[in-house]
Amino acid sequence: MNPQLLRILPEVILTVTGVLIMLIDPIMPRAATRKSMGWLAVLGTLLALFASIQQLHLAPGTAYFNTVQTDAFSGFFHILIAGIVLTSLLVTLDTVTNDQENLGELFALTIFGAVGSMLMTSAVELLLIFIALEISSISSYILAGFRRHSAKGPESSIKYFLLGSFATAFFLYGIALVFGATGTTRIGLIAAQLPGSTTPLIATLGVGMILIGLGFKVSAAPFHVWTPDTYEGAPSPIVGMMSTAPKAAAFAVLLRILFVSFPTLYAHWQPLVWWMAVLSMTIGNLGALKQRNVKRMLAYSSIANAGYLLVGFTALSTDGVAAAAFYTVTYAAMNVGIFAVISHVGGYEDRLTTVQDYRGLGYRSPLMGGAMAFFLISLIGIPFTGGFFGKFYVFAAALHSGLVWLAIIGLINSGVAAFYYLRLLAAIYSKPSENMPLEQMPRIQISMLFALLLTVVSTLMLGIMPGRVLSAARAASLTFGIQGSSMTTAHPPMLDVETKATVVQ
Amino acid sequence: MTVPIAYYLVLSAILFSIGVGAFLVKRNIITIFMSIELMLNAVNLAFVAFSHQRHEVSGQLFVFFVMVVAAAEAAVGLAIIIAIFRARNTLNVDQVDLMKL
Repeated sequence: MNPQLLRILPEVILTVTGVLIMLIDPIMPRAATRKSMGWLAVLGTLLALFASIQQLHLAPGTAYFNTVQTDAFSGFFHILIAGIVLTSLLVTLDTVTNDQENLGELFALTIFGAVGSMLMTSAVELLLIFIALEISSISSYILAGFRRHSAKGPESSIKYFLLGSFATAFFLYGIALVFGATGTTRIGLIAAQLPGSTTPLIATLGVGMILIGLGFKVSAAPFHVWTPDTYEGAPSPIVGMMSTAPKAAAFAVLLRILFVSFPTLYAHWQPLVWWMAVLSMTIGNLGALKQRNVKRMLAYSSIANAGYLLVGFTALSTDGVAAAAFYTVTYAAMNVGIFAVISHVGGYEDRLTTVQDYRGLGYRSPLMGGAMAFFLISLIGIPFTGGFFGKFYVFAAALHSGLVWLAIIGLINSGVAAFYYLRLLAAIYSKPSENMPLEQMPRIQISMLFALLLTVVSTLMLGIMPGRVLSAARAASLTFGIQGSSMTTAHPPMLDVETKATVVQ
Repeated sequence: MTVPIAYYLVLSAILFSIGVGAFLVKRNIITIFMSIELMLNAVNLAFVAFSHQRHEVSGQLFVFFVMVVAAAEAAVGLAIIIAIFRARNTLNVDQVDLMKL
């Protein structure tokens, strides 16, 4: 096969799958269920996952006029995104009814969104990153408003769309300024051009603009305002994907741009990222405290989690990158998981909304209640769950780089966060009130079982033996070749922790 | 005589700022959407100016892609706006406030 094609094979497979679904959907009889399209999407995603794993065996390199680069970093995020989309498709299959409106398009758009997210992580040319970002964003805008007959659906969509396009304009202006300062839009070449630039101020402004643009996409404070509204109005299975896959991709882009193109401007962008991290953690957690609606609470929690992730960015070290990459995996596992439970018990139309509605879930459906409790425990960050190691590595990387205050603020925030997660946890295991109807839970379908199994097992595995994912994250971080990183020391802090963790067991 | 490159960049910055200002001030969804288009066109101007200054064609290529994506965005955006008008019978952002912080 064409060696260049191999480097974009996962994206090609997904695109073909998406187009096939769009073609078959209108030919099918009007009354026929479109669930088979969902299984076709699952098949395509599985193939793309397989192709992504195969890419790891390729020698790192670029293709298509140096616009696409596959390496350990892109492979890491490709596999993560394929996993997220696969799980979300399974959740969607369980949640929707057979005669759901526009079901074929729902699956196709999910797949197209995945194409964009994947391409973002392997693109090394700002033009391609922009196009990939838009593929992923435009699909998400439509998916957010998919319940178009409900009052909240279009509102969720319009808020996401307007602020998302606003952010895109900032991102583009940043690229234009960087292009003006360096004369190139290739990520790898920018760093070399930067020292000779006659207009360093323009480049710095450009980095700031790019940071604003991507800050919106990852819902970091103070650019987070769209998040709670969009998550509340969008269908739950979509929110699980929307809050993880495009965000992981945007974080990957941010890592690549900041660490490959602009390590020399570290002194300028580091304080910005520092403040974004602190604001995201604080606003996210304080905002979540006063929410009664579970989806809004988790939206604020995702803002806070973007903050924890940004902590990993502030340390210009290989450990920081590895910690951030590891965190995206743990967050994806538990967040997709908890939204799988919410999708199942709440259904496509959100029957359960407030924390009160979840009272007694642990008794009504032990499996669903137990899974939700497990994900909440992981979100709190209790040891032997993925959430613990995710937070641990991020804060360890910050401490190792001498960012003591950031780590302290982060730890205080984790304490605050425990409060609202525990409130939901307590609701799940409290006796349901007498006057509340004990409605029958929907039957758990095989696809939901698979999705739960995937997320629970990965959250658990990340908590008890994070070694494999961690070494993959370190391999990914090494592709940046950051100078002066702690990799030169004999015992990087992470390895120490790992050996200690195994001793404890 | 030729117009100095700085003039284009200042114009682009002014247009972008007008776009940002209008985005924040205007209350009609269509007008807000138009201000985003203004911001994108300010970006295009900056790209063309820099491209001319550096004799690099890649900046002008970028402009074409920005226009294509803006068109795609407009198609989706207007569809969403129609959906919201059908659901609410208004295009005033102050009345599209079912969900609050």
